[in-house]
This record gives sequence, structure tokens and C-alpha cells, in this order.
Amino acid sequence: MAWFKKTREVKTEKRVKIPEGLWVKCDNCKEIIYKKEIEKNLQVCPKCNYHFRISAAERINFIADEDSFMETAAELSTTDPLNFEDTMPYSERLKENKKRTGISEAAIYGDATINERPVVLAIMDFSFMGGSMGSAVGEKITCAAERALEDKTPLIIVSSSGGARMQEGMFSLMQMAKASSAIAKLKEAGILYIAVLADPTFGGVTASFAMLGDIIIAEPKSLIGFAGPRVIEQTIKQQLPENFQRAEFLLDHGMIDIVVERKELKNTVYKLIQHFMPLSQES
Amino acid sequence: MSYYLDFEKPLEELETKIEELRKLSDGTEIDIASEIKRLEKKAKDLRSEIFSSLTPWQKTLIARHPERPYTLDYIGIIAEDFIELHGDRRFADDPAIVGGVGKINGIPMVIIGHQKGRGTKERIYRNFGQPNPEGYRKALRLMKLAERFKMPVVTFIDTPGAYPGIGAEERGQGEAIATSLMEMSRLKTPIISIVIGEGGSGGALALSVADRLYMLEHSVYSVISPEGCAAILWRKNGELGTEDFSRAADSLKLTAEDLKSFKIIDDIIPEPLGGANREPETTAKKIVEYIFKALEPLQSKSASKLIEERYKKIRKIGSLTQTTQ
Repeated sequence: MAWFKKTREVKTEKRVKIPEGLWVKCDNCKEIIYKKEIEKNLQVCPKCNYHFRISAAERINFIADEDSFMETAAELSTTDPLNFEDTMPYSERLKENKKRTGISEAAIYGDATINERPVVLAIMDFSFMGGSMGSAVGEKITCAAERALEDKTPLIIVSSSGGARMQEGMFSLMQMAKASSAIAKLKEAGILYIAVLADPTFGGVTASFAMLGDIIIAEPKSLIGFAGPRVIEQTIKQQLPENFQRAEFLLDHGMIDIVVERKELKNTVYKLIQHFMPLSQES
Repeated sequence: MSYYLDFEKPLEELETKIEELRKLSDGTEIDIASEIKRLEKKAKDLRSEIFSSLTPWQKTLIARHPERPYTLDYIGIIAEDFIELHGDRRFADDPAIVGGVGKINGIPMVIIGHQKGRGTKERIYRNFGQPNPEGYRKALRLMKLAERFKMPVVTFIDTPGAYPGIGAEERGQGEAIATSLMEMSRLKTPIISIVIGEGGSGGALALSVADRLYMLEHSVYSVISPEGCAAILWRKNGELGTEDFSRAADSLKLTAEDLKSFKIIDDIIPEPLGGANREPETTAKKIVEYIFKALEPLQSKSASKLIEERYKKIRKIGSLTQTTQ
């Protein structure tokens, strides 16, 4: 009779089959929502206000003026300095990610305008190897900062990353120092740098340029931290507090300036630029 | 009794035997004396054999050797009239990072480093060398002090990484490290960093944005620990063992030799045969030699030149290509 009892104990999770494409299950509130409705809402859940992870290309449209973004150094790519191989060679993994995402690396940067105000804009893309930072991402962020310095234009970096990219070893780690050094120069020159943190922002990105913004903005409910929640849980062997490492948690602890909804982001950034670096009348 | 790592076990047998023989003899019996001599030579040969072909994983273990000299050990040997300074003036004093002022070869310097503990009690007190944000803020405060009083900064790197804890996150671990990187890149005084043991990721980098970055011969410096790397790659295959860590350590290219070939570090400081733990004094002397070798050309530079060169040095790190695919 034992087997009889066993079957009863098995939890049968009620699975809702979602037809591909039409409906989406919210990662946060688990509600099933009509996909078009989410799209219309800038990829934000209308039920719980969860901000879905979006590609760099989508993000450009939400923050910059239409067709204003001109990508620089799109072809910049990393070599494979360590000849790293895990379940597949790193060079293969890169190719696979390029093909799948249509971008060459986990960040893009270039010139753009926000309400006709010129800016330098860099955006990370979590779908490319978890937005991890290797030589190419580090170089692009550094170049973006240097370009902002040269043109005396505000810099906006939208971060979304798991941290430094393991596959490039110490080359990746040193990108943190490189990007931070470039941001340091901006600060000395009085050029505004606005850091926007999107879900998720962790590790070497948090511990470098992401937390160095003159102004730090986060999207609602984004997970932001240095160490990942699982690592912390394993280390301290305690349950983590509710809301831990969410944007609102960081706001409460004084680590960021504002939590801004996606639909308000462009205007908020614009207003900040106008306050901190107003264009003089004659120019 | 010395502590032997697994791959040093053959040495342990030999050296225990030598010890026993020594106790037996009073030095007058020719036979025993010559036997001791013979065994000593054998031990030395064996040691140089083991240490000339260390794998990256074995180097990782040496870098974490419980008897390896720590920051305060070196400070005790090389710094005269050292006074430790405490606290970040914001929240607390972090025992996982120590810092203070002292003279090395008669020149006052600010010396800062990660600090691990020896024995269970001290290890816990030092949080196993894993700093909290206040540690980095203390370090930066001391570096700013050095800048104002025109003193060189020497940092010793030896940490498994910045502490992953609730409080650390609440108090801005990421911000503390980021600010340290940014401020060090513009500090108007020479900075010399030496990896003496474990260079664990961002928590190590936060003290090593420097004009000269050296590594002790058997130290390691990595973006992630071999265990962490193995866990990410092969956790699904079940329990992980030495073989996996060894494979990960190979892949990560974390030895001083690898990093010198990548031009990520400037030079390797040789260790005595058998590692720094065998002869802390000799190692410390070598470290001083390298500090002064680095300092001489740096001290004559103007602050702006110093910073510009530091920027260029960090700026060029990367492994890049332009693809059109």
C-alpha cells in the first residue's frame, strides 16, 4: 500500500499552459497578461508594475528621441585571451550570443538626443551573456565616458548585468578599474553622469561605474546589489529580509537617489540634465 | 610543527625523520650527522622539485596557506614605528582591513592591507579577511591622508573577496568598492600594491588600483575563486572535488606568471624555496626591495603626470578586436 500513499503526497503543481506569443506570465506577480498590453505599457506589468527585462534596442526607444541614437564602435569585440572553455569554448559562446541577440556585445553606446538635448548614451543588455562585463563592455563604457568628456555632454549609462565576465578572467576584473577611472575624469570636469540601474545589476558593475553616478536612478523593483542573494544566503545561512536588494530597499538605505518608472525615465533624465547642465541662451 | 599541504606530504615525512634524528643525536656521532646531511639535501631537492612545477591550484593553496605571512606580519618586519589607525569615521572599524603609518627604510608611508586571522578566534574576528564597506572607507580615508601629507601608499592584497552579507549590502558594498577604484585612480601620491596571498575579485581590486602592481611568486589574483568558477560551470554534475577546482584554476589564468605575461601586473617578487611561510624575513626584504625599485621613478614625477600615467596604464588593459561579422 505504500506506493498508494506516495502518489498522494506528490505535489501536482497546477500548470497553466500559455499559448506562445499572445500571453505572458509576469515574473513578479505571476499574472497572465495579454502581451500587447504589456508592450503598450513599455514592457511594464499593468497589474503589479514589474518592469520586465528588455533589450538594449528596446530601451533606446524609451529613453532617447526617435531615430536619434547613433551607435559607435558596434564592431568592437573581445578576443578570447584565456582560451577559456566551459561547456563550450568561449569563442563559440560569443558567436552563439551574437547570433541570438543580434548585437556584438553586452553593451552598446553612442550619441543620442533626449528631448533634443545631445547626450552620450550607453546601455547594457542582459540577454547577452547575462550582461557580463569583459574587455569589450569595459572598453565601450570607458569610451562613452571619454566621449562625454571630450564633447562636454552628459553621460547616461543604463546598467543591467550579472557582473564581471568569468571567461576573460583578470581582464574582466580590470575593466572595473578602467571604467571607474574614466568616470573619475568626468567628475573632475564637471560633466553630469546619470546612472540608471535596471533589473538586475550586480557584482563588478555595481562595484564600479553603476554606483558612481552623480545621480543614481533605479527602475522599480529592480534587483541591485554587490553579492548575489544566493551567495549571501549560503554564506550567512539565514533567510534574507523581504524586499532585500530591491530598488526600494536601496532607496531606504540611502544608496540611490530616486526610483523612477520606465514611462517617466526620459523626462526625469531630461529635467536633471537641464538643472545640472543648462544650455546657455546664446549657444 | 609546520603545516604541510597535501602535495607537500612527501616532504613532511622526510623532515619529520630529520627532526627525529636530530633529537637522537647530540651532534657527535658522525654517522647520524652525515645521515642528517644526506636527508637534508634530499629534502631540499624534493622541495625544489615540488615547487618548480606547481599547478595553478597548488599555488592557490599556497596563497591561502595558514602559515603564510599576512599584512601585519610584513608590517611588523618592514615598518619602523608603525602606528595602526582605525575606523572609517562613518560606521565602524573593520578588522578585515588594517592600515596605518610607519617608516620603511626611513621614509614615512601609509601602509594598508587586507588582514586574515590565525586560529579560529582571530579568523572570525578578522572575518576571514573579507572586508565590509567600512573597511574600504577606512582604507580610502587613510589614502587621502597620505595624499595630503605627500606620503607614498603601499597596499597588501590578501582576501578571498569582499564580504557577502546583509549588512554589507545595506551599507553599500558596491558603492564602497566603486568609490575606492575611482578615488585611487586620481590619488595624487604614488601607490604601490603587492598581492601577498589571495587576490579575490573586486574586494582585492578595491585596494590595488596602483602605479605599480606586483605579485609574490606563489600568490594568485582572480576574477572569481576556482571553487566559485567550478560551481558555476559544473555544479549540475554533482559534488565538486579537487579535480574540478584544479581545472577551474587552470582556466582562470590566475598565477603571477600568467598575469605578468598579460601585462596586468608589473612584476613578480620571488619567494624563498618552499614559499613565503618558510622565510618571512627573506620575503619581507624582497618586498622592500621592490617597493623602493618602484618608488624611485615615481617620486620624481609631478602629481598630474603620475595620475595621467596611472590612467594610461589602466586604460590599456583589455583584449580587443574589431570584427565586422
